[in-house]
Amino acid sequence: MQSLIPGSSRNAFWLYLVPGLVLLTIIILIPLVWNIYLTFTDYRGIKPPEWTGLDNWIKLAGDTTFWTSFGNSIAMILAMVVVPTLLGLVLAAMLFDLIGKKFGAKLASFLRATYYLPQILPAVIAAIVIGWILRPQNGALNQVLEGVGLGGLAHNWLGSPDTALISIMVIMIWVQLGYPIVIFMAALQRVDPALYEAAELDGANWFQRFRAITVTIIRPEIFVVTLTCTIAALKVFGPIYTLTGGGPGTSTIVPAYYAYSEFFQSQQVGYGATIATALTVVIAIVSIVFIMAQTRLERQDEEV
Amino acid sequence: MSQATTHPAPDVTLRGGASQKQRPLRATRGRGGMKRKTAGDWGILLVAVLIGLLIAVPFLMILINSFKSPADYNATGPLTLPSELYFDGMTAFWERVNFPEKLWNSFFISSVVAILAVVISMLNAFALGIGRVRGRTWIVVLILLANMLPQEVLLYPLYFMFKQVGLYDNQWAVIIIFVVIQSAFGTYLLASVYGTFPKEILEAASIDGANRWTILWRVVFPISRPTLSVLVIFFFIWTWNEFLIPLTFLVSNATQTVPVSIAVLQGDRLMDVTTTSASALLGLLPTLIFFLIFQRTLTRGITAGAVK
Repeated sequence: MQSLIPGSSRNAFWLYLVPGLVLLTIIILIPLVWNIYLTFTDYRGIKPPEWTGLDNWIKLAGDTTFWTSFGNSIAMILAMVVVPTLLGLVLAAMLFDLIGKKFGAKLASFLRATYYLPQILPAVIAAIVIGWILRPQNGALNQVLEGVGLGGLAHNWLGSPDTALISIMVIMIWVQLGYPIVIFMAALQRVDPALYEAAELDGANWFQRFRAITVTIIRPEIFVVTLTCTIAALKVFGPIYTLTGGGPGTSTIVPAYYAYSEFFQSQQVGYGATIATALTVVIAIVSIVFIMAQTRLERQDEEV
Repeated sequence: MSQATTHPAPDVTLRGGASQKQRPLRATRGRGGMKRKTAGDWGILLVAVLIGLLIAVPFLMILINSFKSPADYNATGPLTLPSELYFDGMTAFWERVNFPEKLWNSFFISSVVAILAVVISMLNAFALGIGRVRGRTWIVVLILLANMLPQEVLLYPLYFMFKQVGLYDNQWAVIIIFVVIQSAFGTYLLASVYGTFPKEILEAASIDGANRWTILWRVVFPISRPTLSVLVIFFFIWTWNEFLIPLTFLVSNATQTVPVSIAVLQGDRLMDVTTTSASALLGLLPTLIFFLIFQRTLTRGITAGAVK
């Protein structure tokens, strides 16, 4: 294995990593190590941490709230990764292939900008607007339901345990969808139209071309989108913090919010650190599996 | 220029029904002219527009409620158009939080982060993707830790660290943190893009006697500029919208960002609904304008469309 520049040894490139790695050490690695240390202590934020060994970890293993929060993470992965990536692929291909080419690139960019809108909305502001739509008294959604004669379906969407999680999921799909669309549409420009034309002459239908050509060529972006969205879903915090605070009860609690409430509301810094560390370990394992799979596929491509 | 119109118009019809299959291929291939649109095409356009409308509804609600008087809102709720335009909510918010100052703070922090994070991402990705240093997969994982860590983990330790070096309540603290967090994503994305960088171009440059530094800035940088500008846009918007870290590290009013100032006002009993709406509108306008200005660069591709 050599560098891509002939005659340049791989080791010579280490210099370029120095600034990034120094900053990473100060801002991320030191706090991470400190945090791991705190998981073995009882720390309330004021008196110095007191060593308690594995107590926090034992408590964590039997903590039902913690396991509920991880269960809710699965729902978040569905809403922030699976649905937006699949739907985003289809919508991006639709905007790029059909609307862009038949109705003009201007219209396609306009629609893309519209789909991307929720991404530019700060979570604080999103929470205000969603409050108007979903609140039980004179909320917009309930008003609309009554208007079309479905008043019986009106509901306290975020306030009752049976609909809170599903409401959050719909909101997260709304928030996330624009991200894959923007990335995939940019990637689609690498697809050589001649390939498509050839495949079409061979009688491939749209879906076959989409699977065989498009998905193969934009695979790096699909990996990037899926991994970054999975990380975001596992550590989702802002929307839960602003919309439900994990409630009602623990019906929408997620690990990052649970850690936060232990850190800053209960002042159980040691236990908060334990939750956060467990979460980081899970995220790291998922990311490593992903990146290994990606590297393996890249190697295979090179050998072909 | 948009690329779609410069391509020699390949026919990529989404086939609506079997009947179209019998149509001679040639009929749809008007070179440079208008392409025939089938009923299926219009149907798909309709679906695309409807999805867009559904996504935009909350934004339309912010827009109409920002110009309503509180009395008007109480009488008719959030869904109707204002009976008359009312600007007091907006001016009240503007003056209360000293909006121009918050705007500048957010703009300064987000721009500096966007540019520095892209530079760091590029240096990292050059070593990882093109230099292929030993153990690069594990270095990417290590760097990605910045992205994996839940942010609340950083609050206590960084609070002590910044306090010690006198950077607490200083915008540079927030800038440094986000340069590291954003460049983790940038490094990951760029390293995979640079990993597929065309060897021939790099070979040609090195035969011409260019050293690594020159190749980075004269060859790799210009060719990957479309991807880099996408990163600048993402980093700017993501940093602009960040909440928890600016809230913790920028305690004095004069250093606060736009989202923090809006959130802080939320708890204020004197804020009525329409002022809140006006604050939401003012809070999202800057990123919207930024996105609309730069969305042109998005059309040019994320993975070096120039390499063909």
